[in-house]
Amino acid sequence: MSQLDIRDLRVTVAGNEILKGLNLTIEQGKVHALMGPNGSGKSTLAYTLMGHPNYEVTGGEVWFKGQNILELEPDQRSHLGIFLAFQYPVAIPGVSVANFLRTALNSHRKAKNPEDKGMPIPEFRTLLKEKMDLLKMDHSFAGRYLNDGFSGGEKKRAEILQMAALDPEFAVLDETDSGLDIDALRNVAEGVQALRGPNFGALVITHYQRLLNYINPDVVHVMFNGRIVETGGPELALKLEAEGYDWVREAHELVTSE
Amino acid sequence: MAKKKNTSARPKKAVVSKKKTTKTTTKAKATRAGLRPAPTAKKKAVGKNKPKAVAKKKSAAKTKAVANTRVVTRSPEREVISAGKTPRVITRGAATVQTKSGFPFSAEQIPALANGAKATAFLRSYRKGAWNQFEKLPLPSTNDEAWRRTDIRQLKRNGLQMVEALPKATRDKLPSIPARLLKPLVGKGHGGQIVFAPGKTTVQLSRDIAKQGVVFTDFATAASKHPDLLKKVLGSVVKPGEGKFAAMAAALAGRGVLLYVPKGVQVDEPLHSLLWGPGAGLAYFSHILVWVEDGASVTYVHESASPTLKEQSMHAGIVELHVGARANLRFVELQSWGEHMWNFTHERARVKKDGNLDWIFGALGSHLTKNFSEINLEGEGSLGRMSGFYFTDGDQHLDHDTQQNHLAAHTTSDLLFKGALEEQSRSVWQGMIYVAPGAQRTDGYQANRNLVLSKQARADSIPGLEIQADDVRCTHGATVGKIDPDEYFYLLSRGIPPVEARRLIVKGFFDPIMERIPFEGVRQRFQQAIVQKMK
Repeated sequence: MSQLDIRDLRVTVAGNEILKGLNLTIEQGKVHALMGPNGSGKSTLAYTLMGHPNYEVTGGEVWFKGQNILELEPDQRSHLGIFLAFQYPVAIPGVSVANFLRTALNSHRKAKNPEDKGMPIPEFRTLLKEKMDLLKMDHSFAGRYLNDGFSGGEKKRAEILQMAALDPEFAVLDETDSGLDIDALRNVAEGVQALRGPNFGALVITHYQRLLNYINPDVVHVMFNGRIVETGGPELALKLEAEGYDWVREAHELVTSE
Repeated sequence: MAKKKNTSARPKKAVVSKKKTTKTTTKAKATRAGLRPAPTAKKKAVGKNKPKAVAKKKSAAKTKAVANTRVVTRSPEREVISAGKTPRVITRGAATVQTKSGFPFSAEQIPALANGAKATAFLRSYRKGAWNQFEKLPLPSTNDEAWRRTDIRQLKRNGLQMVEALPKATRDKLPSIPARLLKPLVGKGHGGQIVFAPGKTTVQLSRDIAKQGVVFTDFATAASKHPDLLKKVLGSVVKPGEGKFAAMAAALAGRGVLLYVPKGVQVDEPLHSLLWGPGAGLAYFSHILVWVEDGASVTYVHESASPTLKEQSMHAGIVELHVGARANLRFVELQSWGEHMWNFTHERARVKKDGNLDWIFGALGSHLTKNFSEINLEGEGSLGRMSGFYFTDGDQHLDHDTQQNHLAAHTTSDLLFKGALEEQSRSVWQGMIYVAPGAQRTDGYQANRNLVLSKQARADSIPGLEIQADDVRCTHGATVGKIDPDEYFYLLSRGIPPVEARRLIVKGFFDPIMERIPFEGVRQRFQQAIVQKMK
């Protein structure tokens, strides 16, 4: 089962506990939205799921496909089918999008089969073009240095391109909508929608309802002070859009100050 | 005006009167912040290596205490004011401590004298003169500014013998040349190839190229067949007296290349030479001479290589390049010595009016290297470009000392050296752009970027400017950085394993220099080295 199961997750960053016993289950093939005010721990959760070394796990487990992924290295988590679309994608000067993606794809193939000799170049080119077309990206994109000098929109599109090429079973999208104009937002959202299916689950972290207009989440969660405090359907996102987070704060301040 | 500049000297430090300090500093800063932005790099500049203006009082002796960098600008009229009181002090290459050299070589081993070959008189006297210099010059020590960061006391000089001194039976047992080293690095084939192996030199040159009057041959042949040419070229750019090792190579190098391209001749196919230096406890000497006449053009690739052994060996070499007016020289140099080799080279190019030099310099091997590379832009409108890369591991120590001398107006120099360091290795890059009085409208650029991959590795990067003209653009930059943990994590998160991720970042780091190298074979060789060194 490629269900993602987070149990009582506690994470510390530079000595401060950010995630304070978080529980969340995302069933196979479902898309959950995660909302919440700044500083509630959303990005911490995203980085922790991918294994960033600055995020120290002090308790809990995260189960995916029969493994506690917290015991795996970041590259092994990727091989298992987990993907993180970064809020702030990192520029890798001197490494082209194509070269990078081919290295990543071949690493995945090699993880499955150590004898694998890598994807033949023509096959890779076809795949890359197909995915770029899906995201309405110019083919010249492939030759540019990864994220180096990219506009905000280009960076986010490049994240989705990578996701489409690596074909994960579970993706975390960390504020993929931030900094996008409406056209870019639609492109990116369509890219995500195209991946949706019984074998693709996602956690979509966002501040805004507008992304959820394109990606209709199955479930919406609200995070506050290191925990999930509200869970509901798409109507919960609409309520947050209309009323803000004050009611969440009021309802949960007590709980969180324990 | 200033004293006439001796172009073969290495002007490194200038002495200006204290009064001028403020002004010169400002000027230097303005120059550095010049119109050409340094390539964007996230790596942090090393604080202590930040260039700062160096202005000293009259005492010449004190210049030794000068810190890492030197940025001195003077306008010609200031020069007039200060010329009498504050003579320029040029100390590089000149040693202060007299040491017995300890090399077990003797004058009888000078090639032309030893093997009874009929060397022409000029060659004999050149080598004899060089030998005298060698005997006279002290061994460089860390007291000498140019050798401050490169200590050669561990070189077991007494344990060396010239490869020619080996008995033939021993010599014949040395490993032979791997076939891959003879393959073309540039283009599909060679127009000519010279291969130096112990006891054996082979020379090939295509008939078509030879018919054009091109000479591409070894010293022995040059001495007998083209003595006038050899006489014209030998020692014309690098003087034996420039240093202990230059003198040693000049006196003892039996292995030498003479490449001469007559006026207006375009050599279409690249020429290649290989110096193969296997064995331990051996000393190799080489001398490369390239003379490209006015309007001619050629691409020449020279590689030095050997397997790695435990015991020390040594190489000392000279490279002299002459690029005539409107001529084009592409010189690709690969240093692939085994990691037991102690390597010392003095190299200089002279570029005449509107001439064009594209010098590509790759250093992967040797235990220790001290290299002096200089470009003298002597003619108006001349262009000198130098693209260097190095990658050190183990306990390698590579020290590259580069100098771009703008000696005429409207000259352009463009130097980029990039290096990565693994394990306990160390690199030193010391660069200088010198703009002579009157060399107006020059454009000088130098940059050195280092990627330090291990906590034990260390890179020193020391840029320098000395500008004596007031209408110039000179820019320089030096950085020493580490792998950015965010870049690394990003690659891991995509499933790229740690070793691959580091390699990818290193390849990306070198990409700007690879883009300057239009030769697939050279690029591939370097990519292979990255894979080998990053296990």
